[in-house]
Amino acid sequence: MLKLFEYGKIGECAWRDELPNGLRLCVVPKPGYRKKMAFFAANYGGADRKFMLSEDWIETPAGVAHFLEHKMFDVEGGENALTTLSSRGASANAFTASNMTAYHFECTDMFYENLELLLKFVSTPYFTKDSVEKEQGIISQEIKMVEDEPDYAVYYGLIRNLYDSNPVRDPVAGSVESIRLIDPDLLYNCHRVFYTPSNMVLVAVGDIDPVKIRDLAFKILPEYNLPPARRDYGDAGGEYPNQLHFEKEMEVGAPIFLAGAKTKAGLSGDDMLRFELTASLALSVLMGRGSPLYNRMYSEGLVNDTFYYDFESTAGVSFLSFGGESQNPEQVCLRVLDEAERLVTSGVEQKFFARRQRSAYGHEIRGLNSFDNICYNVTVAGFNRYDYFKTVDVLESITAEDVRRFLAKYLRPELLAISTVRCARGEKDV
Amino acid sequence: MQRVYNKQIMRGVNLTCVKAEKFKTGCLSMTLITQLDKKTAAMNAMLPSVLRRGTARLPDMESIAAELDDMYGVRIEPALRKKGELQCIGFYADFPDDAFLPDGRNILEKTADLMGEMLLQPATSGGRLKAEYVDSERENLISDIKAEINDKRTYASMRLTEMMFKGERYGISRLGSLHDAEKITVHSLTRHYRELISSSIIQVFYCGAAEPEYVEQVIRGALATLPRVETYNMPTTELLTEEWTEPVKYLTEKMDVTQGKLVMGYRLGEAMRRPNHAALMVFNAVFGGAVTSKLFMNVRERLSLCYYASSGVDRLKGIMRVSSGIEFSKYNEALSEIERQLESVKNGEILPIEMEGAKKAVITAIYSALDEPGGLESLYLDESILGLSGDPSDLVPMVSEVTMEQVAKIADCAKLDSVYFLTGEDDNA
Repeated sequence: MLKLFEYGKIGECAWRDELPNGLRLCVVPKPGYRKKMAFFAANYGGADRKFMLSEDWIETPAGVAHFLEHKMFDVEGGENALTTLSSRGASANAFTASNMTAYHFECTDMFYENLELLLKFVSTPYFTKDSVEKEQGIISQEIKMVEDEPDYAVYYGLIRNLYDSNPVRDPVAGSVESIRLIDPDLLYNCHRVFYTPSNMVLVAVGDIDPVKIRDLAFKILPEYNLPPARRDYGDAGGEYPNQLHFEKEMEVGAPIFLAGAKTKAGLSGDDMLRFELTASLALSVLMGRGSPLYNRMYSEGLVNDTFYYDFESTAGVSFLSFGGESQNPEQVCLRVLDEAERLVTSGVEQKFFARRQRSAYGHEIRGLNSFDNICYNVTVAGFNRYDYFKTVDVLESITAEDVRRFLAKYLRPELLAISTVRCARGEKDV
Repeated sequence: MQRVYNKQIMRGVNLTCVKAEKFKTGCLSMTLITQLDKKTAAMNAMLPSVLRRGTARLPDMESIAAELDDMYGVRIEPALRKKGELQCIGFYADFPDDAFLPDGRNILEKTADLMGEMLLQPATSGGRLKAEYVDSERENLISDIKAEINDKRTYASMRLTEMMFKGERYGISRLGSLHDAEKITVHSLTRHYRELISSSIIQVFYCGAAEPEYVEQVIRGALATLPRVETYNMPTTELLTEEWTEPVKYLTEKMDVTQGKLVMGYRLGEAMRRPNHAALMVFNAVFGGAVTSKLFMNVRERLSLCYYASSGVDRLKGIMRVSSGIEFSKYNEALSEIERQLESVKNGEILPIEMEGAKKAVITAIYSALDEPGGLESLYLDESILGLSGDPSDLVPMVSEVTMEQVAKIADCAKLDSVYFLTGEDDNA
């Protein structure tokens, strides 16, 4: 039964249902908007490499989830769902992360026809030897393209510093070598195991009818309710990083870095939401735009406006990170650790904490403007069994002491690993 | 539907207000519209960042940040855009609407006042902008200019523009040149700032739930001390309308990359004499702007020659760029295939799905932009530069009526000017 949940404080509401086949559905009404969006995602990403397939554990090469995403758009008869959606004016796309594969479109016209097609093509695998071989060429190009991006290099440098065996170490798209091992049989198997409705979430946002959407999902998706496959991410390797440093030279204008530390993993439900919000708030108090530390480092030219921090929780791991361009990344790390120690020792001043909390509140409200953001967050919340629209309530309940404890636990010198991309040619004149 | 209010509220200050209640946030921007010029480009590029560092009342970033936090994390960010031969500089802010905050009051007014302060009452020392801020933002600008090389796709496109318009205004980067950035002093920047603030046309944009009359009053208050002169003229962009007959220029550069970047620049010539904006948008979507386009369907999907291939038209200048990521060895093949696809558009070999897909993609893009405060801001800034005053959705019926002949005619006018290739191999093409 579709059920309406109302969140008066933030001016939102959501219709939710769980179908007999296990699909979780959420429709977020947005009156007054012409644009409409649908987002259909499987709890299956680049890190889901080892899983149980009829009684046996099997290991798959890096890049299968992403490869599957590319091939799902093929429809029997030589048609391509992306072309059909585009020819109707919808702007459709898909992405694969380490913990999800998502297919989505945005349109202003023919929403239900587009939704029908989305549900159909994502639930109907169709692969041939030829089409798989051709895709190997296209994806090899995509892999090469990202390899030229310094941000990508610095990110995977950090991940490999932090973890020594977890599958998040390998790029989601795999490598030119690993994707050669992919064939139609493997794709069919992975689709069967992970694209089962009970392992998926459907979110729709816009001025749309929840009943029509539920009925379409009921009509088109398979009836069976199979439990999702068991999977194994291996060992996250304790609290210490695998190694402390990674360095690479690339053609960049200024050195860039990313430093980070492992945090508590394996949470779900409200505990996970609370931990993530505490982490973000702690990092914002420590080094956000409104923090004394950021402003001092900026004034001194130690960092510039590319400086950022992040907290990521995915596929059995979770870690904090911060980075950007800097001539002296080691110095930035030292300053961050010093400031953390100061806050831990002397406590986080209540007035300052309250300001940062207000700022975070505004940030969450702002996020409700973006259909992409709503779809993505409702999906993550669906996979992890918490309610995204309760974010501001949880946020308000976090205290300065929670933040202090987070900093004490995770911002310690022995936990911090750093990844740096330095300039290959030194100074370059433009 | 949205109500739009357009009014000159002070000499050289135009306010565009879109009243919309569906958004969770409001947005406000103040933009100085200046001529892109080699002498001033670097100074303009860094000015908003210097002004953002401190005001007379809030002398450093930390005190500004504290005030913004108190206003529920309002963001006021320096904005720098190149539009044709104009350099648009100023601030862009977005803020949660009062209705969704526990004790939200007058966030718009506070934001406008603070933005006005940044523009008009910067932190000074001895009557000049603070040396500390100028020095540090100059270093930031220099590192931004050096970092243009980081994103190879954008870098290749920038190199192409420099090639096509060497020594001309349009060839100037929105950040200015390294050489000019290094020469900026406290003295030169302060003088330039004073000149600019009194002589520039200022475009103010607001989108949100507030009544336009109230917004006008708020903006007048925020800009009360703005110095103004007698008359204002909108700076102009030279639109290229002549048929291009020069030989094609080629440049290949080597860098340590694993994927080649091929960028081609076309002049649209006669198609820009009495430009039909709807037809230009459809043409671009047919050729390389949409997923149903010739470039995407053929160069990428059918022939697997590249990972991406797309086109973009700058209607303020009258040029088109084609951008593609390819294997080094596919240079000749990709280049001639892109040319062949343009030829087929020119010959009117356009499938119904290509034509319809293009039109629908253009219409969706227009409507979607109207559903985003940032999209609206950019559309209305373009309109004020082009001297248009209609609702952007007025274009929709015109898009529907674009004919295949109009699209083919634009393709016929497009003449290849330059080809730039960024490769990782020594021996190429």
